[in-house]
Amino acid sequence: MAEPVANAAAPAPAPGRLRNAFGGVLCAFTLILIGVLAFSIRLFSVIKYESVIHEFDPYFNFRVTQFLSKNGIYEFWNWFDDRTWYPLGRVIGGTVYPGLTLTAGSIWWFVNALNIPLSVETVCVFTAPIFSAIASWATYLLTKEAKGTGAGLMAAAILAMVPSYISRSVAGSYDNEAVAIFALVFTFYLYVKTLNTGSLFYATLNALSYFYMVCSWGGYTFIINLIPMHVLLCIVTGRYSSRLYIAYAPLVILGTLLAALVPVVGFNAVLTSEHFASFLVFIILHVVAFVYYIKGLLTPRLFKMAMTLVITVGLAVCFAVVAILVALVASSPTKGWSGRSLSLLDPTYASKYIPIIASVSEHQPPTWPSYFMDINVLAFLVPAGIISCFLPLSDASSFMVLYLVTAVYFSGVMVRLMLVLAPAACILSGIALSSAFDVLTRSMKFQLSKLFDDGPAISGNGSPNGSSASTVNTSSSKNEKTEKSEAAPKEKQSKKNRRKDKEVTESVSVKPKKEKRLSVLPLEASIVSTLLLIALGGFYVVHCVWAAAEAYSAPSIVLTSRSREGLHVFDDFREAYAWLSHNTDVDDKVASWWDYGYQTTAMANRTVIVDNNTWNNTHIATVGTAMSSPEKAAWEIFDSLDVKYVLVVFGGLVGYPSDDINKFLWMVRIGGGEFPHIKEPDYLRDGQYRVDAQATPTMLNCLMYKLCYYRFVETDGKGFDRVRGYEIGKKHFKLTHFEEVFTTHHWMVRIYKLKPQKNRIRGKLKKLKSQSSKTSSTLAAGRKKNPWQ
Amino acid sequence: DIFIPVVENAGSEPVSKVLLAFPNIQAKNLAAIRAFGTEGKVKGLSSVLPIEVVEPSGVPPELTFFSASLHKPLQKGKILHLDVLTVFTHFLQPFPEEITQADSQLVVFQDSSHYLSPYPVKVQTLSIRLPGGRVESYTKYGNTKLVDSELKYGPYEDVPPFSYNPIIVHFENNNPFAVAKELIREIEISHWGNVQITEHYNIVHGGARLKGEFSRLDYQSRPYARGVSSFRHLIARLPARAHSIYYRDEIGNISTSHLWSDSKKTQLEIEPRFPLFGGWQTTFTIGYGLPLQDFVFSADGKRFLNITFGSPMEEILIEKLIVKVVLPEGSKDIDVSAPFPTNQWQEVKYSHLDIAGRPVLVLEKPDVIPEHNLHFQVYYKFNNISLLIEPMMLITGFFLLFVACIAYMHTDMSISKNSPSYLAKLQWDEVQATVQQIQGIFHQCLAVHDKLETSLHDLSRTGDAKSCKAARKAADAQFKELAKELKPLLLSVQSSPQSYQIWPKLDDLVAKERELQDKLMARHATVVDSVEKKQRGQDIENRISSQQQKIAALRQEVESLLEYLSEI
Repeated sequence: MAEPVANAAAPAPAPGRLRNAFGGVLCAFTLILIGVLAFSIRLFSVIKYESVIHEFDPYFNFRVTQFLSKNGIYEFWNWFDDRTWYPLGRVIGGTVYPGLTLTAGSIWWFVNALNIPLSVETVCVFTAPIFSAIASWATYLLTKEAKGTGAGLMAAAILAMVPSYISRSVAGSYDNEAVAIFALVFTFYLYVKTLNTGSLFYATLNALSYFYMVCSWGGYTFIINLIPMHVLLCIVTGRYSSRLYIAYAPLVILGTLLAALVPVVGFNAVLTSEHFASFLVFIILHVVAFVYYIKGLLTPRLFKMAMTLVITVGLAVCFAVVAILVALVASSPTKGWSGRSLSLLDPTYASKYIPIIASVSEHQPPTWPSYFMDINVLAFLVPAGIISCFLPLSDASSFMVLYLVTAVYFSGVMVRLMLVLAPAACILSGIALSSAFDVLTRSMKFQLSKLFDDGPAISGNGSPNGSSASTVNTSSSKNEKTEKSEAAPKEKQSKKNRRKDKEVTESVSVKPKKEKRLSVLPLEASIVSTLLLIALGGFYVVHCVWAAAEAYSAPSIVLTSRSREGLHVFDDFREAYAWLSHNTDVDDKVASWWDYGYQTTAMANRTVIVDNNTWNNTHIATVGTAMSSPEKAAWEIFDSLDVKYVLVVFGGLVGYPSDDINKFLWMVRIGGGEFPHIKEPDYLRDGQYRVDAQATPTMLNCLMYKLCYYRFVETDGKGFDRVRGYEIGKKHFKLTHFEEVFTTHHWMVRIYKLKPQKNRIRGKLKKLKSQSSKTSSTLAAGRKKNPWQ
Repeated sequence: DIFIPVVENAGSEPVSKVLLAFPNIQAKNLAAIRAFGTEGKVKGLSSVLPIEVVEPSGVPPELTFFSASLHKPLQKGKILHLDVLTVFTHFLQPFPEEITQADSQLVVFQDSSHYLSPYPVKVQTLSIRLPGGRVESYTKYGNTKLVDSELKYGPYEDVPPFSYNPIIVHFENNNPFAVAKELIREIEISHWGNVQITEHYNIVHGGARLKGEFSRLDYQSRPYARGVSSFRHLIARLPARAHSIYYRDEIGNISTSHLWSDSKKTQLEIEPRFPLFGGWQTTFTIGYGLPLQDFVFSADGKRFLNITFGSPMEEILIEKLIVKVVLPEGSKDIDVSAPFPTNQWQEVKYSHLDIAGRPVLVLEKPDVIPEHNLHFQVYYKFNNISLLIEPMMLITGFFLLFVACIAYMHTDMSISKNSPSYLAKLQWDEVQATVQQIQGIFHQCLAVHDKLETSLHDLSRTGDAKSCKAARKAADAQFKELAKELKPLLLSVQSSPQSYQIWPKLDDLVAKERELQDKLMARHATVVDSVEKKQRGQDIENRISSQQQKIAALRQEVESLLEYLSEI
């Protein structure tokens, strides 16, 4: 059976080498093109909108990067930010994952050292597309380790345009995930590479890559749990080897030491339960290694005796240790897990105990359509990939399967973690497509060659499976040789020189197993299914381009709508932030719901009370309470926080659905969680949330309602809210403690100023004065109106 | 802010200089002064006269004097028509200083109805052109007339020198009071064919401050009544053939702008992000490219840039204008000629792979008005060869990169060829290769064993002892051949220093296999023998059953040893 391959190697070594080189160049060229594709498919946002930072969190990262590039790394580590969480402030250097900012900061530094004048913003905008290109190369490497070059290229091409990943890495989406996915895949690659080679060099690189991942994203706990799981799997299935030891032990030691260097992780790297699994597996691995060592030293009989001895003693010790650990862990209230991890393990946890995690839409479980939207046809290809991974099962392919299974679970808990699933789905689909194409093209080639020269070929390879398939590789050149060579196979080998023999024996050891399972399909079937697969791929590409262009490219700070007159741009957010930054005092405090905190500090450069880093629940609850209180109480809360301006987002005029009225219930819930006088039922009429005529008086008198709908009725005379689709409940009212200072062009952002405190002094003279001042103010307004009407 | 009184003066003295006087209070806001003189009665053909500040003796210190020098001394009795154009900034004071959104803006104009002159004046009139709209009040003297929007004082006759007669006009003025606190214009010349202009504005509405609420509702429903004092757009007249125009601020592109262009000019209308009320401010940047050949020329060995100094915006006062002319890297002998005095210094800017940096000529001037929008020239020497430096640098860089790659691919970076570990690795590789061959041989042996087994099976089916014997003979031959083959390989493994781990196992394997062979042959012989002797199947089985067990055990051991070897 080995002979055909040996023959192929013997007569034409030079063409083979040339072919290899050509294959290498072709592969490199394809990879470059894949990189270009990954980069350019993410530029829709720049082309359709502009080169601008997107959404909320990216603005914070951008601001940190600006600080870093201006003040240098040491200032960055020590940065105490007094522009946010007033009056508490926030230690940025110690609470931020610095990977992304350091990456972009060093790119900026490098580019500027070459005197290429790129602004920090430009670098930040294009960091994500650049890293997606690199991530697709990393995917190539990882898949290649598991299943060879073809699958690698396929997986890289699929990953380059998978919608789930595009949604987090379009140009301008400057978020941790942008670099973290690259770090994740690359860490996995280095792990698998170490596992395949047993090289300590790759093991060290692996620890460094893990360090980069820890720097970049909180999702690093996924790595430090998945790899131990795989190690355990290998041990249990009897695949322990010294390579496994080299792949894992340095990672735990070096990786933990390095992770502890990142300020935001610190001692958590050894203290929290997220890292517990890795240490446990570390111990198990050593026990197993020891057992294997002993086994090598002793004769089987002695070994059995030693085993019984060790097992009895060892089990006792293990139980003691485990009992102590369990007691320690159980003594902490959350069992040593962080809130986010717990909500992953128990999907109902967050909605029960932490409304602030549950209130974020990307922490909700995904729906079925979102799977189709985000990974599209990959969802159908993945099972085929799993099957392909089991034929034959290797360390690497078992890792892929394990990765996929865990990622599917996590993506089922949170929409956001769909991102972790994407690389796994791409890799397995790449493997599936590649092996499908492999089988189909092979059988096509075989059948075609049969068509062209029948005769000996048919007699030699009549049956469609078994030995005949082994000749398919080389059938075109030496059909007639096969029979003879099989009859008298072995003599020639010894006469060849060693080098060649080595190659041959290597291929002998691999090839026969593989080729036994190859089957040859009929020509028509294989042609049709190839075409179908290509069509499937085409469908995927069309979907990806559509998703990149239409669904995921909106920067969310600029909105557009197409009407008959053409494109209409809603640039209200920046209008408001620009107004704040130019026309208020530098030290004024602006209160708004936490969603807009990062944008306000970054774009308007004003101090905010709460922001998207929701680290202090009480503070957020205070703002929530103020928003749900009546005007006077709210004024007092804001005044005690030294707030000068209040910013609300209102979509009722133009129909922008994610406005503060729609988020209001969460403000009530979070506020009520800390301050019991805010009760959710007070804001609901028969359990329904509404702001029309049936709404409760508490709802219609709360600050958020008033600030949103102040003078709204005068726009159309009825007060029709286009988001909610009905007329509002309370139409005519006046503000006593706040005054409107700015409203944007489409009314999407409204900014109010707290009226100064002088009202209180008049309050002493009470009724008389307050009445007269009210009438006089209305009079004054009336007087001024008249001449101009 | 900008107001242009046109003053006419007719002198009749034989002098070469004419003095012009302004109160200090006005003089400090004087943005531009220009005098045109015409001799004789004929109008037209007036020539610009040079003007300088002088301090004559014996005059009140509250006055600032300018002297216009005539081109030739004026003879006695001759008449000179002198037109003096002065432009003042911050001349109009908003009053009241704070207004609400609904109010329109009122301003106060203060001056003297008599022309303040060091000379006796025979006849003088003053006319003030107002922008239209309401006039709240004005100082009334005997011969004062308000016709439409023009206010006339005079004529006054035989006014003595230094006479001052204050007047106040209070009127409505809703013209945009756009003031650029600072404008930085950067003009970057690239000899690849482009002049890139970038202008950073910091604009404030300099009129009456807004007090109280800003209501978008009022502003949108009745923009001309509510918000009349604000302005929402500015117009820039850019040169013809301007291209790649952009308009943005520090947080991104501003989408509210319009552009018209024809062959003579390009007109850009920009709206700031929000309408500007009194006291509000905003910043933005506009940028555009211009074709090089329209603005850079060469004359006697030098090149020069000829471009306007001020901002392309209409009706804008610039409190501080900084013009930076960025010349290409390698420019020398830089020289500037501006039509008015400016502060000048040089900087260096690094951009686009520069090594030495580009020389930057900076001109700074306070209080710039549209009248200053004159051309100025920057002369410099530049060699076209310098253009090729950066492309050559890039080419060299990439070339070196590829050479480095090639060199890396062709060198062996392993630490040493003679080090013991390297040699050990080589030897180990060799041992491994040999062991693999040995394994192959053993597998073949096992295959032969299988053949023997099958021949026995055939025998039990067919009873054809002859073919069975033949099979045994063939197997025997094969075994011998294989053993021959095995010998050198085993020797080479034994001789290698790296094989100390494997050798015992290998030795064991060889011995076991030999034993297995013997046992197999023996059994084969027994079976064939008994078949030939026509014994019963039961007897045969009894005879070989002990052998059978041993063979199975041996076979297992051999296989496990082989597996162990293959794991290495």
